[in-house]
Formats: sequence, C-alpha cells, structure tokens
Amino acid sequence: MNSFGFYEPTSVGKAVGIAADRPDGKYLAGGQSLLAAMKLRLTAPSDLIDLANMPELGKIELDSKANALVIGAMARHSEVAGSAEVGARIRALASLAAAIGDRQVRNRGTLGGSIANNDPAADYPAGVLGLGATIVTDRRKIAADDYFKGLFQTALEPGELITSVVFPVPKKAAYMKFRNPASRFAVVGVFVAQMGSGVRVAVTGAGAAGVFRVKAMEDALAKNWSADAVKSIAVPPAHLASDIHASAEYRSHLITVMAQRAVASA
Amino acid sequence: MKISVSLTVNGKPVSAEVESRMLLVEFLRDNLHLTGTHVGCDTAQCGACTILVNDKAVKSCNMLAVQAQGARVTTIEGLASNGSLHPMQEAFRKHHGLQCGFCTPGMVLNAVSLAAQTKSPTEAQIRDALDGNFCRCTGYHNIVKAVREGLAQMA
Amino acid sequence: MTDTTVREKSTTAAPAAAKATGPIGARMERKEDARFLTGAGQYTDDVQLANQSYACFLRSPHAHARIRSIKTDEAKRSRGVLAVYTGADIPATVGGLPCGWLITGSDGKPMKEPKHAILAQGKVRHVGDPVAIVIAETCEQAKSASEKIEVDYEELPAVVDVRDAMKKGAPAVHDEAPDNICYVWALGDKAAVDAAFSKAAHVTTLEFVNNRLIPNAIEPRACNASFNRADDSYTLYVANQNPHVERLLMTAFVLGLPEHKVRVIAPDVGGGFGSKIYLYAEETVCVWASKAVGRPIKWTAERSESFVSDAHGRDHVTKAELALDKDGKFLAMRVKTAASMGAYLSTFASCIPTILYATLLAGQYTTPVIHCEVTAVFTNTAPVDAYRGAGRPEATYVVERLVATAATEMKIAQDELRRRNFIRTFPYQTPVALTYDIGDYDACLNGAMELADVKGFAQRKAESAKRGMLRGLGYSSYIEACGLAPSNVAGSLGARAGLFEAGEVRVHPTGKVTVFTGSHSHGQGHETTFAQVVAGRLGIGIEDIDVVHGDTGRIPFGMGTYGSRSIAVGGTAIMKAVDKIVAKGRKIAAHLMEVSDTDVEFKDGKFTVKGTDKNVPFAQVALTAYVPHNYPLDKLEPGLDETAFYDPTNFTYPAGTHICEVEIDPQTGETRIASFTAVDDFGNIINPMIVEGQVHGGLAQGIGQALLEECVYDRESGQLVTGSYMDYAMPRAADLPSFKVGTRVTPCTHNPLGVKGCGEAGAIGAPAAVMNAICDAIGVKDLQMPATSERVWRAIRAKA
Repeated sequence: MNSFGFYEPTSVGKAVGIAADRPDGKYLAGGQSLLAAMKLRLTAPSDLIDLANMPELGKIELDSKANALVIGAMARHSEVAGSAEVGARIRALASLAAAIGDRQVRNRGTLGGSIANNDPAADYPAGVLGLGATIVTDRRKIAADDYFKGLFQTALEPGELITSVVFPVPKKAAYMKFRNPASRFAVVGVFVAQMGSGVRVAVTGAGAAGVFRVKAMEDALAKNWSADAVKSIAVPPAHLASDIHASAEYRSHLITVMAQRAVASA
Repeated sequence: MKISVSLTVNGKPVSAEVESRMLLVEFLRDNLHLTGTHVGCDTAQCGACTILVNDKAVKSCNMLAVQAQGARVTTIEGLASNGSLHPMQEAFRKHHGLQCGFCTPGMVLNAVSLAAQTKSPTEAQIRDALDGNFCRCTGYHNIVKAVREGLAQMA
Repeated sequence: MTDTTVREKSTTAAPAAAKATGPIGARMERKEDARFLTGAGQYTDDVQLANQSYACFLRSPHAHARIRSIKTDEAKRSRGVLAVYTGADIPATVGGLPCGWLITGSDGKPMKEPKHAILAQGKVRHVGDPVAIVIAETCEQAKSASEKIEVDYEELPAVVDVRDAMKKGAPAVHDEAPDNICYVWALGDKAAVDAAFSKAAHVTTLEFVNNRLIPNAIEPRACNASFNRADDSYTLYVANQNPHVERLLMTAFVLGLPEHKVRVIAPDVGGGFGSKIYLYAEETVCVWASKAVGRPIKWTAERSESFVSDAHGRDHVTKAELALDKDGKFLAMRVKTAASMGAYLSTFASCIPTILYATLLAGQYTTPVIHCEVTAVFTNTAPVDAYRGAGRPEATYVVERLVATAATEMKIAQDELRRRNFIRTFPYQTPVALTYDIGDYDACLNGAMELADVKGFAQRKAESAKRGMLRGLGYSSYIEACGLAPSNVAGSLGARAGLFEAGEVRVHPTGKVTVFTGSHSHGQGHETTFAQVVAGRLGIGIEDIDVVHGDTGRIPFGMGTYGSRSIAVGGTAIMKAVDKIVAKGRKIAAHLMEVSDTDVEFKDGKFTVKGTDKNVPFAQVALTAYVPHNYPLDKLEPGLDETAFYDPTNFTYPAGTHICEVEIDPQTGETRIASFTAVDDFGNIINPMIVEGQVHGGLAQGIGQALLEECVYDRESGQLVTGSYMDYAMPRAADLPSFKVGTRVTPCTHNPLGVKGCGEAGAIGAPAAVMNAICDAIGVKDLQMPATSERVWRAIRAKA
C-alpha cells in the first residue's frame, strides 16, 4: 500500500473542506472495498478522510411524516440488518444487508461506502434503486434514478459526501439474490417493491452497466402483483454482463427466476 | 505520514506512532508480536486475520491500525484467562475443530462473537456465520460441532 | 443437527482394531491443539530473525515472452533496498530446479526436462514466472522498488490448454520440446485390450476434462533464509512438507552447497495438500541471496502470488472406454489421457499422471486387461504436480464415471454392477502392475448403502419432486495406493529418490521420550498419533512423549509427508525403533533381575520375569541405561536411543465406497449436497477422531472439485482468470453438509501396525460420487466438472 495522508474530521463540513483541498484524496467509510483495492495497488489515493468520527452519520431513524427510513451513510451492514426499525418497516432492506459479504465484512462495511463505490455486483444499489430512495449529500438530494451512472460511476461530484439515504417505506418488497460462489457478490440480485407511487424492480449483478430497472416487469406487476406476472418477461442478454461465473444468457434467465421468487416472498 | 494511535489490546493499553498505511494486522503481528493473528489472503475473504474490535468480529487485514483508535481489541492470545482456555477454545479441542491451526484463531474469534447474536443456532445458521472464514483442512464438519458446543458452554 | 459420525467394528478379522486397548485406537484429544488454540503456533512468517530483511519477487505479467532487457538501476537506488538480482546475476554453476522422477517414454526415450531456472533466463513461460528478486529493509520497500524495475518483454504466442498445445504449429513452450510433448508413456497390454473390445457386448465411452485445481493451503508459502559466516552454514525456515528432500534437492542439484551445511526447518505449517512438497524457486533464491546480502531474508507469498506460483493439480483431458459382456462383467478398459505439466516440470510432476494414475485403473474390479496411454504436455501455465490424491482422484474419476455410466446404459443397478466385478481374492495382481494385499469391498459398499439409507432414497426423491426439485444418488467405489513406497519398485519405475522413512526414539534418563520422525505434520496430528503408537508400546502416557518433526538439524533423515504415507511408513519406522528400545531394555532388565533376557517379557510398561511378578519398570531401565553403575558394560553400550529406517515392501491399499445424494433446483441449476456418506477401509486406526477429520477434509476438497473449484486460464492471452478468491470458489461451511462416515477394517498385511493411510481418500472418492449423483438427478450421461449452476441449468434445459 502506498503512503497517504490521514484525516479524522469530526463534522461533515470539516470533511468536505479537507476533501476540497485534496483532489486525489478519498473518503474512507467502512473500507471493505477501498482498503482491499489499495492493498492490491489498484488505487492509490493521496489522502484518506475517515468518516468514523461523526456519530450523526450512523443513525437509523424513522421519518414518520414522510413514512420513510433515514439511514446514515456510515450505518454498518450489520446495523441495518439487525435494526428493529428497518426490520419492522422495510424487512427486504434488512435481509439485503444481512446477505452482503460475510459477518466480518458486514461489521465494517457501510451503506454510504457501498453506493459511493457502486460496484455493479453490490447489493445495496438494487435496494436503493428498487425503493426509489433519495441520496442525501452535503450539498443536495439526488433521486436514485439519477444517481447510478454505470460501472463504479455515480452522480457524485468531486468531494461530495453522502450523509444519508432516505428510503420510502413500501407496501411490499423483497430482495432475492443469486450469489457468486466465490466472491459472495450478486451474480443476479432482484429487488421488487410495491410503493405508494407504483411498482419498482431493480436488478444488480447482471447489468453490463450496473444496476438497472426493468420496466416491463414493473408494468406487469402494477397490473397483477404475482410471480406469474413476470414469469415470461426476460431481460435480453445483449445488455447483460458475461463472465466465467455466468453468461449473459444465464443471467437473463436468473433475473426472471429471482424476480418471481422475490414477488412470491414479498 | 505517522499518526499516534492508542487502543486496548487484550486488556492492556497500547500507544504507538504508526504509518497511516499500516494495517491493523501488521500492527498486531509486527509491532506487538501477537503472531496468532494470521494473514491468508489479500482480498479480505479467508478470515484468518479475524479479531474482535469492540467485541465485533472484523478482518484485521482490511482495517488500518489508525482506525482502531480508542478501540478494544481482542486477539486469540487474549482469549484464555488465568491459564484456562475459553469455552470456545475448549470446544474446538474436544471436537477436533482444527488441523493445521492456521485458520483457527480467526475461526474461534468469529465463533465467540456469534454469542452476542445467538446461543443456540441451527446448523445452517452456524454455517452461514462462518462464511467469512475459510478452512482447507477440516471440511468444517467438526468446526460446526465445536461452535455449537462452544456457544452452549458460553451461555 | 445430529452427530452423524458412525464407527463400526470390523466385519472381517481385525484383532488389533476390534477393541481399543490403551492409547492405540483411542479418540485422544490432540497434543498440538493447545498451541494452535492460543496463538502460540509458530509458522514460517512468525519467525523473526535478528537483522531481518525482506524479499519481493517481480513476476512475469505475460504467459510467454522473451526478455529483451531488464533495468534495475532505479530499483537498486530506491530507499531501503539492499539488493536486486535477476536471472543474469545467478551464477552459471547454479542448476535448474530438478524433477525427482524420470519417466521413460513408450519410445524408450527419457522425458524432456527443459531447465527450470530459479529466476527467468531469456524467457518467461507463465504468468507469475519469477523474473527478479528485490531485497530491502522492509517488505513495503521491496515491493515499491520492484515496481521500478523495467522489463522489456517481447510477447510471444502462448498456449495454456493441453488440446491446443498438442496441435500442429502450436507455440512451443520450450525449444527442447518443439511439439510441447514431455513424454508419451503407456501401461498395459494394448493388443489384448483391443481384442477384448472387439468381442464386447457393450462399450461405454466418456470424454472429459479433469479440472485444474489450485491447492490453496490457507497459510501461503513462505521462507526465511539466513547465512552464518562463523561456520559457512545456512538455515532455511520454509513452509514445506519434507525438509530433508527440500535440502537434498536444493544443495545437490541446484546450489551446489554441502548438504551438511544447510539446515532446513519446516516449523508449524498451515496446510500443504501437496503444494508444499516441492522445491520452489523462491526459497532457493533466498538461500543463495542470504550469503550475498549477508542478512536473513524473509519472503511470504501474498495470496495472489500463490495463485500464480504454487504448483497446481489435475488438468487432464481423457477419453475412457469400458468393455463389458452381456452380463455386465468388465472385459477391458482403454484410457487415453493428455496431462498438463505446466511450463516446467515440478518436483514430482512426471510421476503423477503415470505411476500414480494408470496403475490405479483396475479400481476395485477384476477387469482383466487395461491399457492406458498418457501424453504429458508443456503449457504456458504454472507447473502442475501432486495435489491431495495426486493421480488417484483422476483414476477414480475415470473408473467410477465409466462404471456408473455403464450401469445406467445397461440398466443394471449401480451396486449390482459393482458387486459383479469386485475383486474378492487376495493378494490380487492387477493388469496394471500393482498387487493388492487385502481388502473387503463388499463390506464398504454395504456399509455405505446402509449409512446413506439407500433404501429410503426413492421416497426422498418423490418428496423432492413435490417441491419441484430433482434428486440424484451417486456411488464411487475407489481404491488408492498409499504408503509410498517400496524404494526398489519406485526406483525401477524412475524415482530418483528413496521412499523409506526414518524414526528415532530417544528415551531420557527419567523415562520420558522424544520421538524424532521424518514425517512432517501440517495438520495431520502426528504429534498425537505417533505419541499414541509409542505410548501403546511402551506403556507410558502420551504426555510423557514429545514428537519432533520438520527439522533436518534434529531428525536423522526423512522423506516427508505425502501420499498418505505417514502412519504406514513413518509410523512403522518409529515402531521399529521402539522395538530396538524394548530389545535393549530387556537386556538391561535381565541384568538387573539377574535372569536370562529370554526370560524377560515387556508388558504394560514393565519388564517382567515370565511367569512371576518380579519386574523392573521402564523408567528404572531408562535410568540404569544412563547411570550404568550396575550395568553389563562389557556387552551393552550405555544410553537408550535408537534409530530405525523402514522401507515398505508394498504399497498399502485403502479403499471404500462413497455415496452422494444431491438435490438440484431445476430453475437455477443450483446443486446442494443433501447428504454425503463415506465408508472407508484404512486398516487399523490409531486415533479415530483424527482419521475422521482427515476424511472430512478430503471430502470437502473432492466436493470442491466437483461443484466449485476450477482454475481458468484465458485461452487467448494465457492470463489467469481465477487469480483470487473473488473468482476461485473455495468450499465454505455453507457449501457442505455434515458428513456421515464409517469404517471397515482389513488390516494391512505387510506393516506391523496393520495401517494403510487415510489422508487422501476423501479427495479421491468424492468427485465421482458427486458427479454420478448429478448425472443421475438430471438424467444425462456426462457433465463437466465443476458442476456450476449454469452448467447444470444448461444440461437440464438441453434435455427438456
């Protein structure tokens, strides 16, 4: 690992200020992807700005007026998975968090870190997009539909810091994951949600350009919320990823199967 | 860049000036000579480096030493007390839950931390909880038995 | 969860195993566990020497390239760097890494042995081939400096698949082998086999790949080499399974150092599975450089280095045929295999697909004639060598996939077809050179069927079907040749080393005992098992016996641990040393009791005058040997310390039946092991707890091969695609069931303990059992390992 400067700001303002002066620096959240990449010398930031000293970033709260869960960017996966509030309001999100990586990774990894990294096989992007969540940063609010911009690409500007994510509480939702036998990331992960505003279906792991929504499934489920409704809807392999673990064709098939199972279990 | 870090390791306060890039596992092994924590991979998957930070199992190869500022760290060397093995260590011995011993410290510490979640898990829950710990020797059969008994003894 | 472990008494004569008397046969907790459980184990990377320096290897990023030039100036000037060496710095007197087994081809010519330089000279031949070593004050400094070495490569076309490598015009890995052929070797009577096939009522044919595996011991390879100028000696700590072999090969064949000036210590070793048998370039370079630099040099592989530089396993492409008569009696078997050697011949590479493969093709059956032709092929990949089972899993896969397929095709029940062909008369001379001394294959098959509840399978299958799931049952009745090996037999087959084992039993004046064994323990629990063997014979507690292994400076000699040989060969050597102790002790006791030594017997830790209760305890004899005041000094030397070397007269033949039951989700192709049963005959068992553990571990690796693990090189670029745990699927706890294991016992006839060895059985039997179960579940003839979800899904879909 190369050398780097290390900063431990105690407020969002200070963190953003440090980042502004260090264009080659990075925020350090849980570090489960970032530190691993730095060890392999795949990335070498000049500075790390540790986000661990801002308790407000770790909060999980219900905004009852908006009927939404506000989850701090530094909420660890294990905290979301074990949160009574999340379990009661959005069980699908708790079970999504509980299926990320392994116990040790879940004890360190964070919501904000995951969606800032936007790994195309990560689980959280499916939950954020599937629930139509809003990403709150130090400077603005970004709708999930405007946030994910392709492989490891997001709408975040340089130095912009995610502080929380607002998840509207769905009527029904579920996440079904077919995991990679080696990495435990998603080969295909499908998040389905029946929201007040309509149905959303988001797929992670499969897209050649990262997480995406499946409109045909959303339309079908809006008419008829049942596993059968999506049974014959396939996402064409052309836009799907293909690797040694799964061809695009197989991923296409798995999306349909996982979508059915998600609907059935929601 | 050197940074001063203070933490508690196995009940003893420790302070040091460390490079920012120093991993927690390197700090434990190289600075404190606690070589019971092992490194088996470079992608934070095998779990041989698992330790407890504030009673939670984490992979010390995927955490900087400076991130342990103020933390309470437990390594395998700190588990036995007054010369007698922790119930989980005893259970691993009784059920032959280890062979070469390399994955064992991480396996035992992860199992110990499971007690905070459940004292009587099902076999499937135990196996899922061990997802972040690779063992190439035992086929996990006896580890599962050991974890079950260790948790029961901790209750 | 229930404890599914079942132990059964012998179904055949087995006096020594029928009842545990004393420590032999007892489930004793392991002596070594206390240190491993408290973090007090000492693995190679834990060893820190005064004035320590650290090494990093720069490795080839290309599968095949010519090195035009290497610039090291900037790296040498980097902070903390002590030295940088490339292939050009290695003296011409330094040899290549040797291969320990000479295979002579069918054409009478010796195999091709291109030089395996310790640092690349002129060319690199696989991704990960070491090109330079950087030695620095810290590991980080060495790594940073290695990035400053500029290597100008001229990329060459690469070939990674044996089928591609055998094609006309394929890129040549070595100039010495322009067709990439290392050797073409054959065993058996081809004319007789062809004749039998022409008369067969049924022929079953299969063509498959035995997938390449990466051993992945959780402790990565490591070494720490130092030079002592006081006496011109070297000390090498290394994660290795056979330190004496390491020393012999390194000193005599590569570095030209006096053997007695090098001490090799393999301290606690975190798993081996074959991958730590070999002499590797890294530790050899570090020993050489430790004198040049004048500092101890430590190198510990990162996992990504292990993936590209540890010796891999398997990688066979095979066509196999079985000829049967109308009643399902096996008439002949014909096998043609192309085996990858990788880019260079590793230490035992050449004997794996030949001596340890073709000779096992009789399996448990009376097949009268067998012919096997093996073509060993160089490819631009990491070297391939023994990995748990080594040749025998590949042979079992051939035999048991053929037998299962033939049974299905001929509509004969799986167990019935096996029974019709089992060998039942011993000793049995196979048509492929081995003589089985003893076995009871029906006993293991019956035991496994009972334990697996085969009777209830139809009902379980129906229940699965109700849930929309497929269920299948697969058998694998394997045999292995273990206890390697009679040296003269091995020598006649091309071995360049002996295969005996040495043991020393040192009785201290107080009657405590230290055992020095050439067998190395890296998880097998020798410190306990060997202590039990000695304790049982001497009548003392295992707490009074320490077992020392893994140090050429303390142990007389040793051939090391591989091929499930430790108890059968190493244990026997110790027994013979104990016999010498007892024989001498009897003379001392006879002197003390003033009787003839023929009147003295040794039992329960006492030397007793036959027919009386007059006795001298063992500890008193020990004290007398070291304080020889009242002692027959005219006839007997003082002291009580004996060494024995044991060279076995035959291989041992563990055998058994594994039964796997799978449940498959037809929508996703996901396969779950519903249950796995293994009933094995390992001969007599010293510690059942340890033996079960060995079986469990082997099964996990065998199931891993069948369901998860596959080393993939990109066929165009030669890059390793599965270069980390992100892509190489290791078996995790949730991928496996609790196993049902049992044993049957026919004691080995040619060693005093009646033991056969148990370390590899699981990995040998399991892959065929799993694949037979999957083929049964989905009703297809064959499927490529590993049976990934996609492959299974495609097979189901193709059938529908």
